[in-house]
Amino acid sequence: MSAVPTTGATWPGSYGDEARPRVGFFTDTSICIGCKACEVACKEWNLVPEDGLVFTGESYDNTSALGANSWRHVAFVEQERPLRVPTADPIAVDGDTAVARTDGDALRWLMSSDVCKHCTHAACLDVCPTGALFRTEYGTVVVQEDVCNGCGYCVPACPFGVIDQRELPDEHGRPDGRVWKCTLCYDRLEGGLEPACAKACPTDSIQFGELDELRARAERRLAKLEGEGWVGARLYGNDPGDGVGGFGAFFLLLDAPEVYGLPPDPVVTTRDLPGAWKAAGVAMGALALGLAACASRLLGGGR
Amino acid sequence: MGSNMAECHPVGFQWVMEARERGAEVVHVDPRFTRTSAMATRHIRIRPGSDIALLGGVIRWVIEHDAWFRDYVVEYTNAPVVIDEGIEDTDELGGVFSGWDEEQGQYEFDTWQYAGMRVHSAAGQRESAGSGQTAGAAGAHLEHGEAPEEDPTLQHPRCVFQLLRRHFDRYTPERVAEICGCSADDVEWLARTLAENSGRERTSAFCYAVGWTQHTVGVQMIRSAAILQALLGNIGRPGGGILALRGHASIQGSTDIPTLYNLLPGYIPMPHAHHYEGLDGYVEMNSAPSGWWGNFEKYFVSLMKAYFGPAATPESEWCFDRLPRIDKNDSTYRTTLAMLEGGIRGFVVAGENPAVGSANARAHRLAMAKLDWLVVRDVVETETAAFWHDSPEVESGELVPEQIATEVFFLPAASHTEKDGSFTNTQRLLQWHHKAVEPPGDCRSELWFYYHLGRMVKERLAGSKARRDRGIRELTWQYPTHGQREEPSAEAVLSEINGWDETGTPLSSYQQLAADGSTACGCWIYCGVYEGGVNQAARRKPHWEQSYVAPEWGWAWPSNRHLIYNRASADPDGRPWSERRKYVWWDEEEGQWTGLDEPDFGKQKRPDYEPEQGADAEAAIPGRRPFSIQADGRAWLWVPAGLTDGPLPTHYEPHESPFENALYERRANPAREQYPGGENRYQPVGDDPGADAYPFVLTSYRLTEHHTAGGMTRFTAYLSELQPALFCEVSPELAAERGLEHGGWATIVTARSAIEARVLVTRRVRPLDVQGRTMHTVGLPYHWGSRGLTRGGTANDLFSIALDPNVHIQEVKAAACDVRPGRRPRGPALRDLVSSYPRLERELR
Amino acid sequence: MSEHGTNGDRGYYGRPVLKAPVWKPQIPFYFFTGGLGGASAVLALAARATGRSRLARASSLVGLAADVVSPLLLITDLGRPERFHHMLRMLRVTSPMSVGSWVLAGEGAASGAAVALDLTGRLPRVRTAAEVASAVLGPPLATYTAVLVANTAVPVWHEARRELPFVFAASSAASAGAAALPFVPPEEAGPARRAIVAGVVGELVATEAMKRRLGELAGPYRSGRAARLDRAASALSVGGAVVTTALGRRSRVAASAGGALVLGGAMLRRWSVFVAGRESALDPAATIGPQRARLEGREATRA
Ligand SMILES: Nc1nc2c(c(=O)[nH]1)N[C@H]1C(S)=C(S)[C@@H](COP(=O)(O)OP(=O)(O)OC[C@H]3O[C@@H](n4cnc5c(=O)[nH]c(N)nc54)[C@H](O)[C@@H]3O)O[C@H]1N2
Ligand SMILES: Nc1nc2c(c(=O)[nH]1)N[C@H]1C(S)=C(S)[C@@H](COP(=O)(O)OP(=O)(O)OC[C@H]3O[C@@H](n4cnc5c(=O)[nH]c(N)nc54)[C@H](O)[C@@H]3O)O[C@H]1N2
Ligand code: SF4
Ligand code: SF4
Ligand code: SF4
Ligand code: SF4
Ligand code: SF4
Ligand SMILES: [Mo]
Repeated sequence: MSAVPTTGATWPGSYGDEARPRVGFFTDTSICIGCKACEVACKEWNLVPEDGLVFTGESYDNTSALGANSWRHVAFVEQERPLRVPTADPIAVDGDTAVARTDGDALRWLMSSDVCKHCTHAACLDVCPTGALFRTEYGTVVVQEDVCNGCGYCVPACPFGVIDQRELPDEHGRPDGRVWKCTLCYDRLEGGLEPACAKACPTDSIQFGELDELRARAERRLAKLEGEGWVGARLYGNDPGDGVGGFGAFFLLLDAPEVYGLPPDPVVTTRDLPGAWKAAGVAMGALALGLAACASRLLGGGR
Repeated sequence: MGSNMAECHPVGFQWVMEARERGAEVVHVDPRFTRTSAMATRHIRIRPGSDIALLGGVIRWVIEHDAWFRDYVVEYTNAPVVIDEGIEDTDELGGVFSGWDEEQGQYEFDTWQYAGMRVHSAAGQRESAGSGQTAGAAGAHLEHGEAPEEDPTLQHPRCVFQLLRRHFDRYTPERVAEICGCSADDVEWLARTLAENSGRERTSAFCYAVGWTQHTVGVQMIRSAAILQALLGNIGRPGGGILALRGHASIQGSTDIPTLYNLLPGYIPMPHAHHYEGLDGYVEMNSAPSGWWGNFEKYFVSLMKAYFGPAATPESEWCFDRLPRIDKNDSTYRTTLAMLEGGIRGFVVAGENPAVGSANARAHRLAMAKLDWLVVRDVVETETAAFWHDSPEVESGELVPEQIATEVFFLPAASHTEKDGSFTNTQRLLQWHHKAVEPPGDCRSELWFYYHLGRMVKERLAGSKARRDRGIRELTWQYPTHGQREEPSAEAVLSEINGWDETGTPLSSYQQLAADGSTACGCWIYCGVYEGGVNQAARRKPHWEQSYVAPEWGWAWPSNRHLIYNRASADPDGRPWSERRKYVWWDEEEGQWTGLDEPDFGKQKRPDYEPEQGADAEAAIPGRRPFSIQADGRAWLWVPAGLTDGPLPTHYEPHESPFENALYERRANPAREQYPGGENRYQPVGDDPGADAYPFVLTSYRLTEHHTAGGMTRFTAYLSELQPALFCEVSPELAAERGLEHGGWATIVTARSAIEARVLVTRRVRPLDVQGRTMHTVGLPYHWGSRGLTRGGTANDLFSIALDPNVHIQEVKAAACDVRPGRRPRGPALRDLVSSYPRLERELR
Repeated sequence: MSEHGTNGDRGYYGRPVLKAPVWKPQIPFYFFTGGLGGASAVLALAARATGRSRLARASSLVGLAADVVSPLLLITDLGRPERFHHMLRMLRVTSPMSVGSWVLAGEGAASGAAVALDLTGRLPRVRTAAEVASAVLGPPLATYTAVLVANTAVPVWHEARRELPFVFAASSAASAGAAALPFVPPEEAGPARRAIVAGVVGELVATEAMKRRLGELAGPYRSGRAARLDRAASALSVGGAVVTTALGRRSRVAASAGGALVLGGAMLRRWSVFVAGRESALDPAATIGPQRARLEGREATRA
């Protein structure tokens, strides 16, 4: 969609025949049991530090958000509404009401494992001045920890609040200062392994694979859930036409994205960059001419 | 029911999710709305401890609506069997069965038994504890040959079916709803759904865990499910059964090859000091003329050969007298209470953390202060190891480190990733694990520790002439070791468990075992796990390369049978009940049983086989009787012997409950084990004066993020940060009633102690309408203690010791408590608060 | 607590959707010094062209000073200061920070050369070339920082991308004028004074336009810390402009005092924008509200 020369758009071209099919995640939250194995597996594999023992009281979520020290985050949302409404069910019993097919008190508990979206048009990558952020041959977005100088530009650029700077001490005990996020287990991919979080997920809520295949699978899944009368089932981030050109890691949600703390209509900021530069161009001209005018005799004249 | 499978067995739960995706109805019956409820197609909320009432209601519905599986029930269960004319039901006797002895506080079993047969069993000799387990294993003993008196029409007033019908007649949906706090519709819906998903074409399974077992009626809760599943024909068939979701990764293994004081490997009872003269009496008492246990002597003799090798001879009675004896109930709680009275000098704790994990944990900590010495083998310094310098009692000043005489030894243990070995899981499947890393520092495996300990003790006693030392001197104790640490070979142990013949050739099945000393086998049910000298448990053929039964992944006991009693998957004539549910069937051409699994039955035993007079063991079981562990080959709707608290489940209130029994005069299980007094104070209950001081129902449970008493998780950063504090789950209504502030603190009080927890107000916990009153539930995870990265109150300080009479399990799923806003008092003030509440030093009604 | 998590625009337990910028106070200060440096270079050349050599020298000295301080500010803000040179590893057109780094480097070199040659009085032609170069780089230096912040997901910045460059350009002009006043006799400081007036007026107009455009999103400028800074900035700028125009012609001291006020105003303006960005990023409603509206708008048109 965006005509902006986002460096993201140069994949796979830039890799020539070293390019691999684009991989990503389809996270199907309708089968997430909230076990947090993904969070732990990620931290174990990537040696992400523990970042505080804080009791939030926000259902069972004490991780709270993605960040430099949490590359997977399982959200817990408690709602008073049924999981499904009645449908023609092979074994549904006559007189069965919607309530009867869900919890007696029509309660539902949404769980969803969030992660970096590995955007097609990745703002973090576009704005990175050092090239620390780059797109791999798998079409994923990764920070090179030996290049990042902690300028912090990618942090407010990410429309999902994923990437963040680490204040915790690094291996030498100094404040780390660099930014961190999901690498989609780049090292494991190189070794022919699936990402740690997907590997650990007992229910296959996190499905790793080639993006095209995952998108097709997600469509089928959504159709099935709709057929079964699931309330609020929708895909999020599967549309290549969206504001970030589609996510590499997209989701099946059971309610609006914002309910899970996700932006409903994210846009890669660089899409509007040309407009900003145009305005700036005019402002520059105004500045130059303005000051020139101030100095020229035409204006106000005299000394 | 009684399990929070998604949170406690997340990996196993993937299959439940798969079933749901394929259209299965997934029902979760739980007082709380948990992560399992969230995944279920329906959640039914009931009051803790009321499952027997609910299932009783379902059983009644199934019988009333003729929804039971007649062909299965008549042939495969003991429904037609006529019971002794002396039998009287709880209906007549106000909540107890005939045979109740008020003085002794226990049952006489004669009137429960099959008419015209003397059924004698280990049960009843209550001090031979675990009697439940013993008999449960050995089954009731039927007199040789003779078949019990039956009525295939099920009309005889004293046939099991009629007794069952009458017993549950009063469990009407309305009555049940009143007791459980659910709706009558819930009860009928559950019954209807189960019925519609059972029969020839469909099967239903029950998954339970400690939401059922941790009650003073735990065993009877499971019995209720057993009755229901037998009535619906859901046992021994694919997709059916009752799954005990076991606890620790190999807790099944540690009952098969037991860490229990009253069992030997393979559920062979520990010899008792007084019950019999010598080996013959012991064998006589524990073997059944028919069924698997008919071969008891072969299993036992082979075990003794494994233990004592050449020393085990007919002359030495296979060294029977070298075995230790039990003479009373030495289960863990009895031991602790004895310790508290100063009756015990030394205590070895290996892989357990009673200072957090055991009911009335406070009593356990105080008890350990009375020891001369304590040995703790663990991967971290647990609350048990640290009771003397870091515990609530030290904080309150009740324990002063300088004044504690107990000498404490801490021995660092290697964890499961640091050693080879096997896990036996919930479904009897043995899976081998290989060492991934060397244990750090002084950490050593269990195998290393016990092997070298045994070796040293044997060396010490080598010269001893004392009779009492013969057992140790003659014990076979040769295991190859490797590495400079001399780690014993775990495979060598496995091969000894599997057993061998005189030539040393590994055995391939327990059917090869002999009573003449020609075979040695460390655990008869595991015989075959090392077949052909190959570690069968280490097989890893993925399920997509074989049938869904996956016979070549690991190894299931017995004889790699994945589904036990699977003969029941075929009809009496040996044909599958339905194409959809075929599993094991009789192949007339081949003249043998075939199918997807190892037939759990004499392979060549024809469906129409009838044992002639004098046949014994499995040969005494007719071809139409699938339940070949049982002496009569039938599923027991009615238990003639083997249970200490009744032949049928009966609804009783929990030991400590704010309610009276709405169904019987008898309030609670009369046979439950009580230990009143001292540190084990009880509370006023039901309508008794003072009971209103404890108005709320307290239940305790687990979180995915932590494990049991916390030794493996509270010391781990990645897990501690996920659940960083002890909290109590309460409803908005209770929060409002007691002024509890979300995210703030609450103090939970019982007659034992008071602990503080953060407040988590949630709709997932709800007030229930119970017997005309509004009942509030307080939920508490029990993982926390005074040590680790995340520290908090120990839920078990609140619970009393009151046990199930069959298996001595504590009732920690239902108790009564009070809740107050704010943090608990510090120092001595804590005890003042607790003693300001009413308490009882005597047994409860 | 019944509906854990689900509170409409408040999103997930009221937690931010975005990550707030991790930049330290050096950054708003740099926005100021960068602007000052850039505009001063232009003013210097204008002065030179109109034969005001003292004003020219003063401005280029001020500009050089600013160009020396600026990199120090930027480097000390980095999470990994020792890796500052990674900024020049590449030129990434989609990253205003990358572009800006090169501009700043060029400006530093140019103004440095210009001043050196001016003071030593050698190579006049080269000096002029340097002066022209630094004057050409001046306007970009003064305004790219506006594009930089606009090129993020932070609503109050991104949606103000058309106005922010003018705010920055105008207040840069004002500060350039203000900073020169102490070093030039009033009779030669006419252009500086006019720059102040023009700059301050422009700044006020652009800021007002920005708030109008932001509408709902302008919340941070209406109340709270950013709003207080905004008001103080305007007050100081206007006050300074009045003082310099009223008394600047007669007294250098008064002119300097007025200039100080204007500089303070320009500094606080950048701070106001910076703080507004933080507040906007931390407010989930600011992210969710407009996106939800946009989404529903699209769905409406589709239907
Ligand atoms: N993550 C994790 N997994 C574990 C463990 C762990 O500590 N952490 N422990 C392991 C061990 S040792 C075991 S034994 C198993 C235990 O596995 P579970 O039995 O599933 O564990 P619990 O959470 O103790 O209890 C299960 C549920 O019983 C409910 N409950 C309480 N009283 C009643 C009742 O009267 N009736 C019914 N129907 N339900 C009731 C509780 O609300 C709770 O949700 O888990 C094993 N797996
Ligand atoms: N209130 C309440 N109380 C309960 C329950 C409840 O639901 N509610 N559940 C009950 C149940 S089901 C159980 S199983 C118990 C569990 O209670 P415990 O068994 O007392 O608690 P665990 O933490 O499982 O103790 C196991 C210990 O073994 C250590 N360990 C791990 N691996 C090894 C090893 O290889 N060798 C050695 N030597 N040690 C090792 C661990 O660090 C841990 O400290 O709690 C019971 N208590
Ligand atoms: S989600 Fe954020 S961090 Fe991840 S790729 Fe997209 S922009 Fe970058
Ligand atoms: S912080 Fe690191 S990764 Fe982010 S933009 Fe700056 S250099 Fe690139
Ligand atoms: S892909 Fe790897 S890095 Fe990304 S969340 Fe999963 S485990 Fe962590
Ligand atoms: S591991 Fe899978 S099921 Fe568990 S929380 Fe993560 S996504 Fe959900
Ligand atoms: S911890 Fe082990 S036993 Fe428990 S669910 Fe996970 S894999 Fe299974
Ligand atoms: Mo357990």
